[in-house]
Amino acid sequence: MKLHRIAALIVRHLYLYRRSLPRMMEIFYWPFLDLVIWGFITLYLVRYQSQVPGFVTFFLGALILWDMLFRSQQGITISFLEEMWARNLMNLFASPLNPNEFLAATMAMSVFKVTCVSIVMAVCAWLFYDYNLFLIGLWLIPFVLSLVVTGWIIGVFTTSLIMRFGQEAEVLAWSMVFLFQPISCVFYPMDVLPAWLKPVAWANPAAHVFEGMRAVLGSGVPPVTHLAWACGLNAALLVAMVAWFHRTFAYCKEQGSLVRVGE
Amino acid sequence: MTSPVLQVAHLTKRFGEFTAVDDISFAIKPGEILGLLGPNGAGKTTTIQMLLGLVTPTSGSIQMFGLDLAAHREEILQQVNFSSTYISMPYALTVEENLSVVARLYGLTDVPRRIDDIVKKLEMEEFRHKITRKLSSGQMTRLTLAKAFLTQPKILFLDEPTASLDPDIAHKVRALLQDERRTSGLSMLYTSHNMREMEEMSDRIIFLQRGRIVAEGTAAEIVARFGQADLEDVFLKLARES
Ligand SMILES: Nc1ncnc2c1ncn2[C@@H]1O[C@H](COP(=O)(O)OP(=O)(O)OP(=O)(O)O)[C@@H](O)[C@H]1O
Ligand SMILES: [Mg+2]
Repeated sequence: MKLHRIAALIVRHLYLYRRSLPRMMEIFYWPFLDLVIWGFITLYLVRYQSQVPGFVTFFLGALILWDMLFRSQQGITISFLEEMWARNLMNLFASPLNPNEFLAATMAMSVFKVTCVSIVMAVCAWLFYDYNLFLIGLWLIPFVLSLVVTGWIIGVFTTSLIMRFGQEAEVLAWSMVFLFQPISCVFYPMDVLPAWLKPVAWANPAAHVFEGMRAVLGSGVPPVTHLAWACGLNAALLVAMVAWFHRTFAYCKEQGSLVRVGE
Repeated sequence: MTSPVLQVAHLTKRFGEFTAVDDISFAIKPGEILGLLGPNGAGKTTTIQMLLGLVTPTSGSIQMFGLDLAAHREEILQQVNFSSTYISMPYALTVEENLSVVARLYGLTDVPRRIDDIVKKLEMEEFRHKITRKLSSGQMTRLTLAKAFLTQPKILFLDEPTASLDPDIAHKVRALLQDERRTSGLSMLYTSHNMREMEEMSDRIIFLQRGRIVAEGTAAEIVARFGQADLEDVFLKLARES
């Protein structure tokens, strides 16, 4: 791992964002819109469903945290897509850059995006709905970190699929994460899932974060078990996904498709 | 005898049943320009991509600077670069930003001076601050050449580097390549479908056909061996025979 090579990729993406309105929108406008729509829905619901305690807190909190996961995944996948669209993969991988450095740079980009999006959403939630995200307390920090890593896992997974199957798989960059949404138990407790789906959700680190969040908000119980599960699953899955990325990378070099992906 | 900077032995690439590169062996000496000639689909690009570590060979070995590519990828690629008419650079960045990213990627020092240098050499001043998207194809080719020269490689792989250049710029690029090889001992592997350019540039030529080496030597040697008037006639004869 050479830091200057990772930094080179980050600089490259920052150059890109500095000049691109659609890319800025991705960071600022869409999360903001998400929040506004869901915020109003929540306000509406709360009028009729006030018997569920902390309803707004649950909902907006969950929404913001979910968006962090989504942006984290996008940070990885979109960074790869940018290189693919720019037909820059050949330049990159014919340089001394190795796949781990490439992934590290996309992860850094994902942290950058999550940071921006979180600030936007937290500030807007506070301005518009008088909602203080930090109600969740200090637990918010490990929750967010955990979701960022889960985002990386889904991001690396999606990137591998796009690398392997090319342009046809591009749409996964936006849709893959929603495959995980039902089993992440973002807006409802794991309890409501049918019995056969529960074990699947249990294997999903994000589900533990959202369960943990509800536990903190509902009963104030420290979500140590959930966090431990989330961390353990994250670590195992991240290692597995990075290994799979390497395998896919080797496969594409074998097939001669690495330099053609996206064409 | 100086030891070669690049040594390829029994290099083979199969895509499924199809053999794109078939048991080729060759070497390049320091400061030598080797021309890779052959009809469409002969395996030139595939060979270059294997030399850059972008395509994994089915069998055979690749050594540069006495090191095995598979085992010393980073070390070798640090000292190697490539350019081609068929690659591009990120569109949304300016020419200069693109070059500075490349400089960072290779961990170069003294970057502003190097960029000034190469911009001057390739006469890129007028589009230096342009967004890459707005370049003409010839300007894009010059940018990819600039990125290759910027890192001061010891070996340069050039896949049809002059295909989209106007005659004036193509001439200047050839002069620059010759100059670099004289002053810094740069070695090159060169492909082109322009026979005159091949004769002018190459110290030695390898003629590939269906992934095999069918002729090898200086342009004059090859022309003489096949009893033709020039390289173009040799090309036509070989290409039509198969
Ligand atoms: N990834 C791949 N999968 C399958 N076949 C491939 C792949 N890459 C190249 N080939 C085949 O290998 C052969 C050699 O292709 P290559 O691009 O190396 O030719 P070339 O000599 O560069 O030709 P040209 O002069 O047209 O550039 C062609 O028949 C091509 O179809
Ligand atoms: Mg070719």
